[in-house]
Amino acid sequence: MSEIPHLLVHEHADNVGVVVVEGLTAGTDMLCCVTHDNSTFRLTAGADVPIGHKIALQDLKEGDTAMKYGEDIGKIIADIPKGGHVHTHNCKTKRW
Amino acid sequence: MSTKYSNMTVKAYRRENGRVGVRNHVLILPVDDISNAACEAVANNVKGTLAIPHAYGRLQFGEDLELHFRTMIGTGANPNVAAVVVIGIEPGWTKRIADGIRETGKPVAEFSIEQNGDFETIRRASWAAKDFVHKTSEYQREECALNELWISTKCGESDTTTGLGSCPTVGNMYDKLLPEGITGFFGETSEITGAEHICQKRAINEEVGERWYKMWKAYQDDVIFAHQTDDLSDSQPTKGNIEGGLTTIEEKALGNLEKIGRTSQYIDILDPAEAPQSGKGLYFMDSSSAAAECVTLMAAGGAVIHTFPTGQGNVVGNPIVPVIKITANPRTVRTMSEHVDVDVSGILRREMTIDEAGDELIDMICRTANGRSTAAEALGHREFSMTKLYRSA
Repeated sequence: MSEIPHLLVHEHADNVGVVVVEGLTAGTDMLCCVTHDNSTFRLTAGADVPIGHKIALQDLKEGDTAMKYGEDIGKIIADIPKGGHVHTHNCKTKRW
Repeated sequence: MSTKYSNMTVKAYRRENGRVGVRNHVLILPVDDISNAACEAVANNVKGTLAIPHAYGRLQFGEDLELHFRTMIGTGANPNVAAVVVIGIEPGWTKRIADGIRETGKPVAEFSIEQNGDFETIRRASWAAKDFVHKTSEYQREECALNELWISTKCGESDTTTGLGSCPTVGNMYDKLLPEGITGFFGETSEITGAEHICQKRAINEEVGERWYKMWKAYQDDVIFAHQTDDLSDSQPTKGNIEGGLTTIEEKALGNLEKIGRTSQYIDILDPAEAPQSGKGLYFMDSSSAAAECVTLMAAGGAVIHTFPTGQGNVVGNPIVPVIKITANPRTVRTMSEHVDVDVSGILRREMTIDEAGDELIDMICRTANGRSTAAEALGHREFSMTKLYRSA
């Protein structure tokens, strides 16, 4: 891969990906890579998102399930647009 | 099946009981907190020795006391330790610990302070320590099979890059070396919460999986639910985890479990600080998820090298076991490089595969076993933290 990816996604079933570059700014045309098979796609970042934090790969609605590693990692507690920042303000464990 | 890992060897120390160690420490071991000063004085008198002061050892009882003895004896018995001077306030528990370490066949001397005082104890213990330094400094490294090493893992200051890069690197190492016959340890009982259904299935059979689940559930019921104030959201994920982008305990646990790779299965479950009894293979140790406590417990169980993936940059070390730091986070590499032994940030740039990263880690394990100082050793990180189960009497 000649261009360095901005966002990595574990599995095709996932609806969030991880920012892997520092200083990502809103509006960036991100190269996204699914690590399972190294397939790529592009997505526009909807916000300034720090390295390590997650971005929604599609519009997510309150009550939806966040998927990563192909597994349920919690519930969406506030609507998130495609390309938006996903973190503790809008996503929470279902356990408590 | 023979692989490129089958014939790998390292230069290490073969101990009296046949185990292989990668360091050659003369340990000055306090039985209890009030013997720390005497131990530190001996270590100051005799260069080439190492005192490991700690906070406990008085008025403990029941399972908590058994864990104290197991940790003390296991630390002294670890093959990275060549000889041990044990110092306690009174002779009874001192002898119990010294005798436990003696079962390995290594040189052990014991001293107690009551009816002697610190001065006389330090004088006599210093002579013993000096004799041990002369004796053990002539021990030679010899060629040992790589699969004779006992290798542990625990991650710390995790973030989303640990699940993408550094934990899968350790998992790849285990997938390659466990079939060759190494003995492995993983644990962190509380941090499996969120992926317990997956961890249970990674047992070698249903019986072991069910015992694992019972152990995990007992921790939930006896510790978490007994002591929680509201939920765990203030401590799991930790503030550092959240800063690094981890949102939920499920997400953290799934990344954590990447450390046992794709194919590795655990063959048995260990109590904290317990040594494996079921032969070569991977073990789950019931253990704290706090870095220093967990590494201390696994070292007491007999691990001689610890592999430590980190995202945000945990700086932990251990007095007797070299801790190899692995990170995939490019910001951590940029800002904390003095703590990093294996940089796998190339995985995030897709310049390095997990297979290549696993091979780099195996290479670093061999170099560390041969004597290379880890970053934590060079920086003097010697965190020795006992796990305590409940209040003393």
